[in-house]
Amino acid sequence: MGSLFRSEEVCLAQLFLQSASAYSCISELGERGLLEFRDLNPKVSPFQRRFVGEVRRCEEMEKTFTFLQQELRAAGRVPEPCPESPRAPVAREALRVQEQSEQLAQELREVTQSRASLRGRLRDLRQYLHVLREGQRFTSLPAPLGSPPRPRALSEREPILDPSLHQHLERKINFVAGVIHPWRVTAFERLLWRACRGYLVASFVEMPEPMEDPATGESITWVIFLISYWGEQIGQKIRKISNCFHCQVYAYPESEASRTDVITRLHGQIQELSVTLEETEKYLAEVLDKVAQVLPTWRVQVQKMKAVYLVLNQCSFDVTKKCLIAEVWCPVQDLTQVQDALRQGSYQSGSSVECFVQRVPTSESPPTLIRTNKFTAGFQSIVDAYGVASYQEVNPAPYAIITFPFIFAIMFGDVGHGLLMFLFALWMVLYEDSPRLRQGTNEIWQTFFEGRYLILLMGAFSIYTGFIYNECFSKATAIFPSAWSVVTMANHSSWSSAYLATHPLLTLDPNVTGVFRGPYPFGIDPIWSLATNHLNFLNSFKMKMSVVLGIVHMGFGVILGVFNHVHFQQRHRLVLEFLPEMIFLLALFGYLVFLIFYKWIKFSAADSLVAPSILIHFIDMFLFTSNAENLPLYPGQVPVQMVLVVLALASVPVLLLGTPLYQWCRQRGLTVGAVPVQPLTVGEQEPLLEGQEAGNSVNTTTEDVESGGHSPDAKHSDFAEIFMHQAIHTIEYCLGCVSNTASYLRLWALSLAHAQLSEVLWTMVMRNGFVGLSYVGGVVLVPVFAAFAVLTVAILLVMEGLSAFLHALRLHWVEFQNKFYVGAGYKLCPFAFAPDTWE
Amino acid sequence: MVSLLCCGPKMAACGLVLSAWGVVMLVRGLRGREGSEGPGPERIYRLYEQVSYNCFIAAGLYALLGGFSLCQTRLNKRKEYMVR
Repeated sequence: MGSLFRSEEVCLAQLFLQSASAYSCISELGERGLLEFRDLNPKVSPFQRRFVGEVRRCEEMEKTFTFLQQELRAAGRVPEPCPESPRAPVAREALRVQEQSEQLAQELREVTQSRASLRGRLRDLRQYLHVLREGQRFTSLPAPLGSPPRPRALSEREPILDPSLHQHLERKINFVAGVIHPWRVTAFERLLWRACRGYLVASFVEMPEPMEDPATGESITWVIFLISYWGEQIGQKIRKISNCFHCQVYAYPESEASRTDVITRLHGQIQELSVTLEETEKYLAEVLDKVAQVLPTWRVQVQKMKAVYLVLNQCSFDVTKKCLIAEVWCPVQDLTQVQDALRQGSYQSGSSVECFVQRVPTSESPPTLIRTNKFTAGFQSIVDAYGVASYQEVNPAPYAIITFPFIFAIMFGDVGHGLLMFLFALWMVLYEDSPRLRQGTNEIWQTFFEGRYLILLMGAFSIYTGFIYNECFSKATAIFPSAWSVVTMANHSSWSSAYLATHPLLTLDPNVTGVFRGPYPFGIDPIWSLATNHLNFLNSFKMKMSVVLGIVHMGFGVILGVFNHVHFQQRHRLVLEFLPEMIFLLALFGYLVFLIFYKWIKFSAADSLVAPSILIHFIDMFLFTSNAENLPLYPGQVPVQMVLVVLALASVPVLLLGTPLYQWCRQRGLTVGAVPVQPLTVGEQEPLLEGQEAGNSVNTTTEDVESGGHSPDAKHSDFAEIFMHQAIHTIEYCLGCVSNTASYLRLWALSLAHAQLSEVLWTMVMRNGFVGLSYVGGVVLVPVFAAFAVLTVAILLVMEGLSAFLHALRLHWVEFQNKFYVGAGYKLCPFAFAPDTWE
Repeated sequence: MVSLLCCGPKMAACGLVLSAWGVVMLVRGLRGREGSEGPGPERIYRLYEQVSYNCFIAAGLYALLGGFSLCQTRLNKRKEYMVR
């Protein structure tokens, strides 16, 4: 249950899997998602691994599935994700899936092909029909030489195309009829005219209905042309030209009767073909239905199978024992579950010998596993973004659940804005199970959605700090009556009307009895929002508050380091590091906090003229000087301060040299002494030394884990490294204390910026809406409020919110965590079947 | 019925939120103004009253806008169901 406090214990284990039941065991483990497998064959190329054939087979099946999916998509169907997740298939099932999928793919290919050819044929027949019909209009006109409807004939004045007339001339009229693309009509005409001038009559007419172009698939209104000519050579020329223009030429029967004959025959053929096409389409729809039904399941199954085989490829094969050995990182808590899974797997595959798991000692640093739920996951992720915790290090996330929203709220304090943020997050949290919210594709929206609990807490805390700063959309709310009384001041100073007319600013003196009736019960008095020296008062308050909070936060960080020292059995660091660090921090900055509180309590408005300045006292403390005009806060202040400074300065060399000297003495005790003291295992020196010793995996010979046999030379260079490291740590800590304390002043800066922006928005935008004094003002107020709302959301909520978020994050990552956190670990990525991503 | 559906679903939702906020804030402004004590002259009193009336009117208009947005949202949802 204390898993959020520090990461769980993770051990290295070996799985001994029988060849027969290896597949089902791994599949079972994958369903549970407990272990991270290590690659035992890192030097083997993917083509030489054991199960490369199976992986290749899976990939081929996936290719077939992609083809099927494309066909589905071309037909306009959307494949649905698989409702329940099927298990990885055994060899028999996989074979069946492969056969069926290939069969379906083959069927689909055939059906689409036949459909395409049927369609082509139908189109041809239809075009022929249209050609004949339109052509009939030209050729069956009576004697008058009137131009046929909508002709594009260039040759009206040429010999007519009426066959009856031409019979008089005893020349045979021949026809060429066909269909041409509309863009090529003019060029075609021109060429015909130039080539066969005078000996042909060409007429063009558009087809009544558009048809599909076989090449591009788009719908085009084709143009039917009918060319009547006489002479064989002209005919050949015309045919050649129409060939060049890719026209579809049809045989045009001459006599009326044969034409009608052909037309009726065409009708019949079209009818039959349509029926056949309908049947084909129906069959295609059936096949597609079948595919849509089984494809999602197959996909998931084959994905799982491939994942299992990839994991099996990482195991090593032990020839003597005829089994596969897998090396895994396993949480100690889950070892029984793993054994259970192995038992299930063996049972399912029907083998008699059971697979088992065995824990193996190691000196490598295991991965970090911290189990979170949906609430803590957000906070853990912002800690992990900086660095994953080292193995078994104290985890800053549980404290970040409270401190992060609180520090954000200090920079964002406004009741109205906090309430808006809270409601937005509440909506996301209440509807978090709705699929519409979960499947958002927008990345920015996903980021906000993942952090909904963060935003919820941030909004709630902002409402609280908003009440403390007494700001609601930059207006103060008087929940309790104000403690300042203007009436008393007016009566005391007897302000006359003339005085009021000439003095725009009036001072309320708290030293006059009755003007200031005591502190406001909760938060800042609302009268300050009417005061012109509002910022003077607020700045002092916020700066001191920031410093106090910063020192408390940093002190807490140092205290958390204690847990690390105790856990890793480094009690010497408690005395040699923690103690000097705390003394340094408290003697200097803890004293500052004390001064702040002392001055708030001890000094009041009565002695405000002679109140000492803390800043000057603090500076004098370091410089060992004194200022005559600055009265001491309490008697004996100067010697107390001197002692504190000396104490702080004395703790620096202890911090600098303590731990290295202790290590050195101990090493010397080791090498000189006759009986070697049991050395601490290397794992405990982990925070200091980054390097890792050789692991105790299967491929290496079993050697001593506790490697104490270092040569003195190696120890020397190690000592230099330790000393360097400690020097850096000391300098970083001491200088960091000063700079980080100042860094916390950003709490004041950002809250000031937020308050000012909010006020500007109010005065510049909203107040103008109240100007209109007639009832028209009410209508004007509507767009003004809309503008105010949009700007509030865009600038104050989004921009300021992101800014405050960033600064709060920085304060946590740098100022808080560098007091105790190392963050050099890596996460445990268990082998689990990822949910299917349907592209 | 289709012609009533003039804005999309997202705009309707925005309008709804805006109206809700507007009504709440402006009514609060109204109440705030009414409750202000003032030893000042009567002119300020009347100004405050006027401003509060304006707030009330604006709140009313926003309520109308809210109702309109609500209708639009409902129509949008119905349209989604019909298409399916």
